[in-house]
Amino acid sequence: MNKVIESSGISRSFGKTRALDNISFYVDEAEVFGFIGPDGAGKTTLFRIITTLLLPDEGEMKVLGLDSTKEYKELRKHIGYMPGRFSLYQDLSVEENLNFYATVFGTTVRENYDLISDIYSHIEPFGKRLAGQLSGGMKQKLALSCALIHKPALLVLDEPTTGVDAVSRSEFWDMLAKLRKHNITIIVSTPYMDEAMKCDRVALIQNGKILDIDSPGKIRDGFSRKLFSVRSSEKFRLITALREHPGTVTAYPFGDSVHVTLINDKAADSLYDYLIAKGIKDVSVQETEAGIEDRFLELMEKGATA
Amino acid sequence: MKRFLGFVKKEFLHIFRDYRTLFILFGIPTAEILIFGFAISMDIKDAGIAVLDLSKDEVTQKLTNKIISSGFFKKTEDLLYYNDIDKAFKKGKTKAVIIFEKDFGKNLFSEGKSSLSIIADGSEPNTATLITNYTTAIVNDFTRELSGPALNKSVLIKPEVRMFYNPNLKSYFMFVPGVITMILILICALMTSVTITREKEFGTMEVLLVSPLKPVQIILGKVMPYFILSFVNVLVILGLSWLVFGLPVKGSIVLLLAESMLYILMSLTLGILISTVSKNMQQAIFISLIGLMLPTILLSGFIFPIENMPKVYDYVSMIMPPRYFITIIKNIMIKGTGLMYIWKETLVLIAMTLFFTGLSVRKFKIRLE
Repeated sequence: MNKVIESSGISRSFGKTRALDNISFYVDEAEVFGFIGPDGAGKTTLFRIITTLLLPDEGEMKVLGLDSTKEYKELRKHIGYMPGRFSLYQDLSVEENLNFYATVFGTTVRENYDLISDIYSHIEPFGKRLAGQLSGGMKQKLALSCALIHKPALLVLDEPTTGVDAVSRSEFWDMLAKLRKHNITIIVSTPYMDEAMKCDRVALIQNGKILDIDSPGKIRDGFSRKLFSVRSSEKFRLITALREHPGTVTAYPFGDSVHVTLINDKAADSLYDYLIAKGIKDVSVQETEAGIEDRFLELMEKGATA
Repeated sequence: MKRFLGFVKKEFLHIFRDYRTLFILFGIPTAEILIFGFAISMDIKDAGIAVLDLSKDEVTQKLTNKIISSGFFKKTEDLLYYNDIDKAFKKGKTKAVIIFEKDFGKNLFSEGKSSLSIIADGSEPNTATLITNYTTAIVNDFTRELSGPALNKSVLIKPEVRMFYNPNLKSYFMFVPGVITMILILICALMTSVTITREKEFGTMEVLLVSPLKPVQIILGKVMPYFILSFVNVLVILGLSWLVFGLPVKGSIVLLLAESMLYILMSLTLGILISTVSKNMQQAIFISLIGLMLPTILLSGFIFPIENMPKVYDYVSMIMPPRYFITIIKNIMIKGTGLMYIWKETLVLIAMTLFFTGLSVRKFKIRLE
């Protein structure tokens, strides 16, 4: 299989901040590759280097077999890019936006309509509406249509689901899955851990460093300890008590429960007794399966102590 | 080419969809021409004048009539005592008072001379100077008529002043070229710099950069609509000043329009340059307004003659493009001169255009910072 992106040793600093530190990875053809990490991890900087918008200080970035610093002109013809802020002209209508991007990339809406029809059909009824008056979800669909209109070989989506409602988010991922059959490689960044599971492979990124790259399932399986889900009606006191507990390694809030790892995996019963002794009501301790977020937090913890 | 046209079309859509842009493009120039032409007039028309006639004879009567009927003045009231002068000024309508001494006519014929005073309201120095100059001229004229050729022994040389090109010293002769100069550089530089920085601010520049559009195409696409609209603007201003003020273009209109195009182009490239150095719209507006408007008004010779400035200002004004265009446009419109007399200024503008273009193409970032 061809490698669509090959990044070796990419580093980039802004002043004293090291936004990217020795980033190496590859992306296979027709893969959906996710970059998962909190805000400020360096995802946008990395994407801008991939899309030729920024130069790396060190390292080499090959995209579609082209050098992203030297052969940027040729490369720009084959990339579809959707920046974090949807780059739509607010004062142009839906149709005008789409037509404009089609013309600029030297194609027509009709020519590649089949590629975007799944996505665009949702917003087509609002064709005459100004982009500025669309809802977040519709803006996102329009921006994706605009990025796809020239049938790019590589689609770069920078936090496409930020600021979009939950229904639109899941719809959006369904659309990305459908794009795979058109042989389009997709790299996508997101701060949402649950979206990681929808990618073929993900890279966990933190403070400009890649912590791990693998399929989401394998990343999750990399979780090294037993994980317990602890619940109580008094969540705040529960967390405080858990963190004070001498046998606790980590305790992170997770939805309506707290995910806890222990020094001794078999000490779950004694943890229960400890919490009851602390006077916390309605305590339940259950072993649970680790999610990708748990693994991410574990890796972050390691990175911080290392 | 199709890409480029698509881009230009998009720019036109932006302009026509934003009523504020349209207002700045066409509303402001029209308003400025009318404001500068009428309100900030430097001519006197119907200036209020009061008369304190202590003589009340045939001669003072005649002279008063001559002054009032000149069209420059309007009599506000007749005063009886010296004490009334201050009151008359304070009422506000009276800008000057003319006082005839006692026995004005009698003295004139018996002693050959008599005197009158003109008291003007010095709180408006410009008007005051103009009023005194005008009345003095009328009085001189009157004396000459009265004395006739026979009595010509005392005054031998009489300067006869005539203004060429602008015989009546109409101030809109000066303002229309000035306003065109100022409006064009402001609108062109402001609009282009704002529209480019807007793309940066809304993040659309990121996608444009990633697109196969060349920087030259982006720049030209941004400039083209404003070039056309500014040119229409020139036509509107010229038409308006011809219709409203009857200001003719004495020289070649083709030359005038060609020079205007050159100046528009220069201003547009300046706008692009501003956009490449400013990070957001506010900065672009600030640089365009403060950096261009004030120097244009103050240092281009629009209002204050460059000849009267300290040498340092003269040198500073040399880097102000409006200075050259104002010379060009005044020459063509008012004096009716041809390219022969303005080729130096034209060359300077061409050089500036090339310089700004070169600099902005070099500074235009094909990447983000």
